[in-house]
Amino acid sequence: MLSKTEKELIVHIWEKMLPVAEDIGSEALLRMFTTFPKTKTYFNHLDISPGSQHLRCHGKKIIQALAEGARNISTLTTTLAHLSRFHAYQLRIHPTNFKLFNHCILVTLACKMGDNFTPVAHAAIDKFLSAFSAVLAEKFR
Amino acid sequence: MVVWTEQERAFIQEIFGKLNYEEAGPKALSRVLIVYPWTQRYFGSFGNLCNSEAIIKNPKVAAHGKVVLRGLDRAMKNMDDIKNTYKELSVLHSEKLHVDPDNFKLLADCLTIVIATSMGTSFTPEKQAAWQKFLAVVVSALCRQYY
Repeated sequence: MLSKTEKELIVHIWEKMLPVAEDIGSEALLRMFTTFPKTKTYFNHLDISPGSQHLRCHGKKIIQALAEGARNISTLTTTLAHLSRFHAYQLRIHPTNFKLFNHCILVTLACKMGDNFTPVAHAAIDKFLSAFSAVLAEKFR
Repeated sequence: MVVWTEQERAFIQEIFGKLNYEEAGPKALSRVLIVYPWTQRYFGSFGNLCNSEAIIKNPKVAAHGKVVLRGLDRAMKNMDDIKNTYKELSVLHSEKLHVDPDNFKLLADCLTIVIATSMGTSFTPEKQAAWQKFLAVVVSALCRQYY
């Protein structure tokens, strides 16, 4: 459940991250691959070495999708319908991995924002990421 | 038995070396109580926890946060036998405090976030991996005496 203040905070934070989407996205992915090596099994088709073009490009796509979700929080299911189908029928990622990636996004934001990543901001973003992942996983079965 | 590389040991010592226990402990505990409000169930005697400001200013939360960090220090000083170092603490959390062990990971994650906010870009992915491995061992040791 997101309050009006939390929704505004979420939009504000993702708008700030959009201009550095490649940096944020690739860092979050790299953190996930380094801390949770099993997550690399889904990326055999890409070069996910640090700083690679694939990593930066893929990271950017993810942050852009998150920002779009943030702008349409009340209609996440319809906004993410295509991504939801993609994750269910093509990617078929084990759902526990969403939590691992969400955690690494939070760590990346914390490193970037320092003390501005307040507990209230952390709670809002964590709730948003949980809701986002739930929609991505909702067609899994 | 947990195997630590020399680099992992060095990273963990470095992170603890940079940690201000008196600040990081209270910040991590207040953060877990705010981000995961169900954890407040274990702190009924701590007084006012009704909003984030009250939690951050609560002296009992701050005091207990320092206790938690000092406990973690013991694990850092006994990295090759965290399991036995935490045997009594595990019994305490299970038999007396009745804490659902799934919540240990939440506090661990919040401490990681606090460290990230203070270390910034120097909290590299490699250091994060070593740190999280350490916390996973700590959490596992705390869970061992539950039955």
